[in-house]
Amino acid sequence: MRITVNGTPREVSARPDTPLLWVLRDELGMTGTKFGCGAGLCGACTVQVNGVAQRSCQMALGDVGSAQITTIEGIGTPEKLSVLQTVWVEHQVAQCGYCQSGQIMQAAALLATTPRPTDTEIDDAMSGNLCRCGTYPRIRAAIHDAAQRLQKV
Amino acid sequence: MSRLGTITRRSFLVVSAAVAGGVAFGYYKYQQDPANPLTAAAGETVFNPWVIVRADGVTVITPRAEMGQGIHTTLAALVAEEMDLNWDQVRAEHGPASSAYANLAVAGAGLPFADYRDSRMKTLAHEAMDVMGKFIGAEATGGSTSTVDAFTRMRKAGAAARAVLVQAAAARLKTDASKLHTEGGAVIAPEGTRIPYADLATDAAKLTPPADPVLKDPKAWKLLGTSLPRLDMVAKVTGTAGFGIDTRLPGMLFASVRATPRLGGTMQSFDATEAKAMPGVKAVVDLGDAVAVAATNTWIAFKALETLKITWGPAPYPETTDAIFAEIAKAFDGAPNSTLRDDGDVYKAVAATKPIRAEYRVPYLAHATMEPMNATALFADGTLTIWAPNQAPTVVRDKCAEAVGIAADKVTVHTTFLGGGFGRRAEFDYAVQAAKLAKALPGTPVLLTWTREEDMRHDFYRPGAIARMEGAADASGPTAFKAAIAVPSVYANQAKRILGMAPPGPDKIAVEGAFDQPYAIPNYRVSGHISPVAVPVGSWRSVGNSHNAFFHECFLDELAHAAGLDPVQMRLKLMATESPVSAKVVAAVAEMSGWGSPLPAGHARGLAFTYSFGTPTAEVIEISQSAAGIKLEKMWIAQDMGQALDPRNIEAQMISGAIYGLSAAMMGEITFSKGEVEQANFNDYDALRMQQMPVFETRILQNGAHLSGVGEPATPPAAPALANAIFALTGKRLRELPLNNAVTFA
Repeated sequence: MRITVNGTPREVSARPDTPLLWVLRDELGMTGTKFGCGAGLCGACTVQVNGVAQRSCQMALGDVGSAQITTIEGIGTPEKLSVLQTVWVEHQVAQCGYCQSGQIMQAAALLATTPRPTDTEIDDAMSGNLCRCGTYPRIRAAIHDAAQRLQKV
Repeated sequence: MSRLGTITRRSFLVVSAAVAGGVAFGYYKYQQDPANPLTAAAGETVFNPWVIVRADGVTVITPRAEMGQGIHTTLAALVAEEMDLNWDQVRAEHGPASSAYANLAVAGAGLPFADYRDSRMKTLAHEAMDVMGKFIGAEATGGSTSTVDAFTRMRKAGAAARAVLVQAAAARLKTDASKLHTEGGAVIAPEGTRIPYADLATDAAKLTPPADPVLKDPKAWKLLGTSLPRLDMVAKVTGTAGFGIDTRLPGMLFASVRATPRLGGTMQSFDATEAKAMPGVKAVVDLGDAVAVAATNTWIAFKALETLKITWGPAPYPETTDAIFAEIAKAFDGAPNSTLRDDGDVYKAVAATKPIRAEYRVPYLAHATMEPMNATALFADGTLTIWAPNQAPTVVRDKCAEAVGIAADKVTVHTTFLGGGFGRRAEFDYAVQAAKLAKALPGTPVLLTWTREEDMRHDFYRPGAIARMEGAADASGPTAFKAAIAVPSVYANQAKRILGMAPPGPDKIAVEGAFDQPYAIPNYRVSGHISPVAVPVGSWRSVGNSHNAFFHECFLDELAHAAGLDPVQMRLKLMATESPVSAKVVAAVAEMSGWGSPLPAGHARGLAFTYSFGTPTAEVIEISQSAAGIKLEKMWIAQDMGQALDPRNIEAQMISGAIYGLSAAMMGEITFSKGEVEQANFNDYDALRMQQMPVFETRILQNGAHLSGVGEPATPPAAPALANAIFALTGKRLRELPLNNAVTFA
């Protein structure tokens, strides 16, 4: 089966009912997308499917089809951070860091459709992304900051 | 009896000797440094267990679990400061499991003394525990001790390396070392000649470093005391940080495990016929008390486990939550395990008045780290290699060695980043499972990942606890305060697991946060009653403080209201001579929050204070009544850790600790039915989400005499501050957690 991840076509051999999360992590070795709950409750596995934030633990490989999958590895690298990642570093958001791939992918999808989100819009978009370290105040500040910066670009 | 156990028995003699008036026994061994576990690779020079000089900078071994608290950054800064490095020249690595990295401060945290009181007895006992730490040699992260433990040692490691680098430069330049200075990772001569450390490293490593190098005056610090960019931040925002679950090795299999839901019970039999027939399943392995499935991906392992038909034995504890708490309550019937505070005559004082009596209760709690338990293991040629997100690498090493029947020196432990720890990863169960599984699959690396459900239902829980409170107050303040606390012992549970025995004596952890608070109440008694209930319990961020602060600070609030006293003014008076540092923390939070100023209708504030891990912390929360329920508006936190090494990181820990405490207070509850935990995932064991966040304001104070921990102390006051605010808002005194059993939150 062929899927497109971060713009690159990838051949995968997993069964069609395998959740995309495990295809990414175990078949393709792309470990930036995290396993948190396996039930769509925590958001750690959030990726973008055609630009829309989705829980990769809830999407079967067989349903991916020709959709464009974007993971945390696809939006920036340590050498070339995206604006959102730069802002995340400036605000020193991450603590344990485990949920942050999902937080960033969710925030990126939010800013794509809502360039200047209010606190309420941020809360609505981010409420499915759990963080046990409690980095929420810095996440919210970072999203506001990123929104301003992206508008200037 | 394990090696650890033998050494520990001896070390208790050390404690006895110390308490009798001097640390004499075992001093020679204490003086000996354990061998340096590092060996230099090509292009590297190793100076001591903490400092490796490479061509492109300095790698600092930061041997404490990075579980979010930013410890790698702060520990690296201790070395970098003394070596005069630029921050971009610094890297951090966890390093190997070794007694060279023993945490000497963590043992002292269990001593039965109130931290806020400095006494000769306490000092001697703490010194003795440092010696004990060295004997045990346990490398561990916990008790908010990492910076306390490293503060002098790692600065000296940096200063010693700097000294020989300067000496090597002096020899090369044929000048006196006193004429040279260091800056930006280089030695600099008066006329401007600049020799990078990398060029001097080989020569310098041949010199004998000073045993007791002089440390910089803190006034000259450039890195310490400032907010540094965390060394792990870029990796953590790009998905490139290596958590345990991200370990990938050539030819590896992916596994998962099912252990008995009746914790501590037996596995009687299992049928794996269906699982073995599933495509992708490579092995079904009997681990004795659990079954593991290894497959070509983790999801296949999960699905295969669902097909197993397993017969479990009964639970070794009562089957329901009510029955478990009834069992805990029985501990009140026996003599107390400890009465670590007994000022005045509380019985006489209570009898002389009309006392207030109240019973408080808190539930069992799970840690629920974001990264589920996991470990990777490879057993080959009689050696075992483990990759594990863990808080106690030497314990993981020894327990895995024991489990597969090889010597500890045949085990290598790689400590990865931890996707949350909170005390859960001070345990070693997941690593031992991976080790046993790897032994059954020699030559094949295997990553064992728990499902969220397995994680939620196989924790070492924060114990449930009950407190019976009695007290009285008049216009002068509280005249009597008596607390009896019944709780299963975290200390005994962990000692049995790690050492094979539970040492006798007072269990400080059971009563910490209650007996050791800086209040000059004339008649003041706190006793601990230990319950033998066999539900596995462990360290949960702030441990005993997490429940005792709720009991203590809510009941103090009850006394204040009963006597018509202001909770802030009452505390300030009680602390004035007992702990001026604590009084300043309470005064700060009162000032920040505008305590006493009028609030809009439907708003109320609550205050709580806890002195834990050497760090007084006061919190005020403002809440409001909205149509959707009680809303958290704003929270103020003031904390005094003596010396703030990295203010922005400390602020993150203050807020993190408070949110962890609020989540548990509002909705955290593990319950039992038929001997099994009823919760399974984040739908029935949730935590605060972004839309429930109050606005936070923090203030760091530095009046304390000593540097102290910051990872845990903001957790304990959160629950009582909120419960006290709810009383102020609604007049309802909530004495049981979680609060959402009694009120609705927005």
